[in-house]
Amino acid sequence: MSLSEAQVTQIAYLARLSLSDDELQDNTKDLNDILGLAEQLGAIETDNIEPMAHPLHMTQRLRADVVTETDQSELFQSIAPKTGNGHYLVPTVIE
Amino acid sequence: MSIHTKTIAQLAQGLQDKEFSSVEITQHYLDRIKQSDLNAFITVTDELAIAQAQAADDKIASGGASILTGIPYAHKDIFCTQGVKTSAGSKMLDNFISPYDATVSHQLNQADLVMLGKANMDEFAMGSSNENSFYGAVKNPWDKSKIPGGSSGGSAAAVAGGLSCFATGTDTGGSIRQPASLCGITGLKPTYGRVSRYGMIAYASSLDQAGPMTKTAQDAAIVLNAMAGFDDKDSTSAEQAVPDYTANLNDSIKGLTIGLPKEFFSDGLDDGVATQVMNAVKEFEAMGAIVKEITLPNSAYAIPTYYIVAPCECSSNLSRMDGVRYGHRCDNPKDLEDLYLRSRSEGFGAEVKRRIMIGAYALSAGYYDAYYLKAQKTRHLISDDFKKAFAEVDVIMGPVSPTTAFDLGSVKDPVSMYLADIYTLSANLAGLPGMSIPAGFSNKLPVGLQLIGNYWSESKLLNIAHQFQQQTDWHTKTPEEG
Repeated sequence: MSLSEAQVTQIAYLARLSLSDDELQDNTKDLNDILGLAEQLGAIETDNIEPMAHPLHMTQRLRADVVTETDQSELFQSIAPKTGNGHYLVPTVIE
Repeated sequence: MSIHTKTIAQLAQGLQDKEFSSVEITQHYLDRIKQSDLNAFITVTDELAIAQAQAADDKIASGGASILTGIPYAHKDIFCTQGVKTSAGSKMLDNFISPYDATVSHQLNQADLVMLGKANMDEFAMGSSNENSFYGAVKNPWDKSKIPGGSSGGSAAAVAGGLSCFATGTDTGGSIRQPASLCGITGLKPTYGRVSRYGMIAYASSLDQAGPMTKTAQDAAIVLNAMAGFDDKDSTSAEQAVPDYTANLNDSIKGLTIGLPKEFFSDGLDDGVATQVMNAVKEFEAMGAIVKEITLPNSAYAIPTYYIVAPCECSSNLSRMDGVRYGHRCDNPKDLEDLYLRSRSEGFGAEVKRRIMIGAYALSAGYYDAYYLKAQKTRHLISDDFKKAFAEVDVIMGPVSPTTAFDLGSVKDPVSMYLADIYTLSANLAGLPGMSIPAGFSNKLPVGLQLIGNYWSESKLLNIAHQFQQQTDWHTKTPEEG
């Protein structure tokens, strides 16, 4: 199976990327090549194999439910593209 | 012997003996960086470096110094450094002055090291040639028309080119070992979870691991002592005691069983590389090691497995780069969607976009089982192959990369570039530690020997590498001689 340019445009949108015409053409070829590589996995018998989520099969640690972070919002917002009154500003979403 | 060819151990001795000061060696490196055209650094932190060197000299004078006090190093630009630009080689983070330190940055500061600057790298650590950096490609110090390897290409070029005593690197699919191999230095990727990932900008979280890139195995042991350890800020950090990695360097390796996976010596391996790797193996035999052929039957599947798993994780990790809280934001967004779309499309380079899209597709409804789940199951098989191998042998050896460094700009299609990662990917998928050590030259370009060990066997790997470096002088060669 192979991806069409329309499908690649849709995948790009899912990832919130927009592609120029040239990029779309290149990516359609490259994505198909890479998925072609991935098709090799179909040759492996994995019916009774557990997926490996963690290299050492560790479980997540729990920590005590206590506050450890201090308020550094001013420092963090000092590098934000746009802020106001302690908020991150983006174009108006709801009028 | 000039300053920039000295190891950490030699510089530390010279600092102790007042042969030179940390300010002097730091200035020596800064001068060399200024004159260099390797493009190994994204940011040079000269003022900070001199201030750190002065503090180190004070500490040495007052008698509280450790072996790392006052040693200059290059820090891969993937580690957050408070108050210093941390770009990860991306336009997206070109304006990102980190508000906090990565745990590794903190540990290296605690050790009184001197940071010369932030090393160039493939954008978000995605690449095998360092050609994917927003800041331009890095040149290989052995031949400036060649790639240095990637993604830690700036780190490797800085050490090989005498621009820093050592460097930090990160390895998700070979990004420490492969550039170390192509630049003729020593690189160690520890066991997954050995070094904290906190503040190390994430590419593929289940594979990423930081480690040292140095001139010698002894130096790698010294640096790993400072980097390794449990960190409760990293949920995948291992609660495993940290030994003194220098303690066993001098152990005898007589009787060591070396496994050579037949899959690592098949078609596609360059003859010159194969010859140097086999010469190194013979050297080990002469030192009393026993060599056995082994098989890692699923290792060929490491490429498709990795190039599904890693893009899936990266598409998730990089979703945070949205132009809202930090990093690049497009001009005059007309609405929120336009802000996301244009900020991301302008901020990311071609390879990063490609991997994000592969991940978004492989994780999308209807395709998850066929790609991501299938790859995670295959990963289990790859890991089991190693388990069986380590029941028979102490260490696995082979090439790091199928060829020596290739020409800048010569590999254009992504799949050909991915195929060159064949020998390094499986250690990441299994979470195992691996090293690259200098093992000779082919056509005047360095060849690395790869060592892969069992979980938590860093001491053993360093011991094996150190013993090899006692018998050979490949690690002492510098580009300036030739």
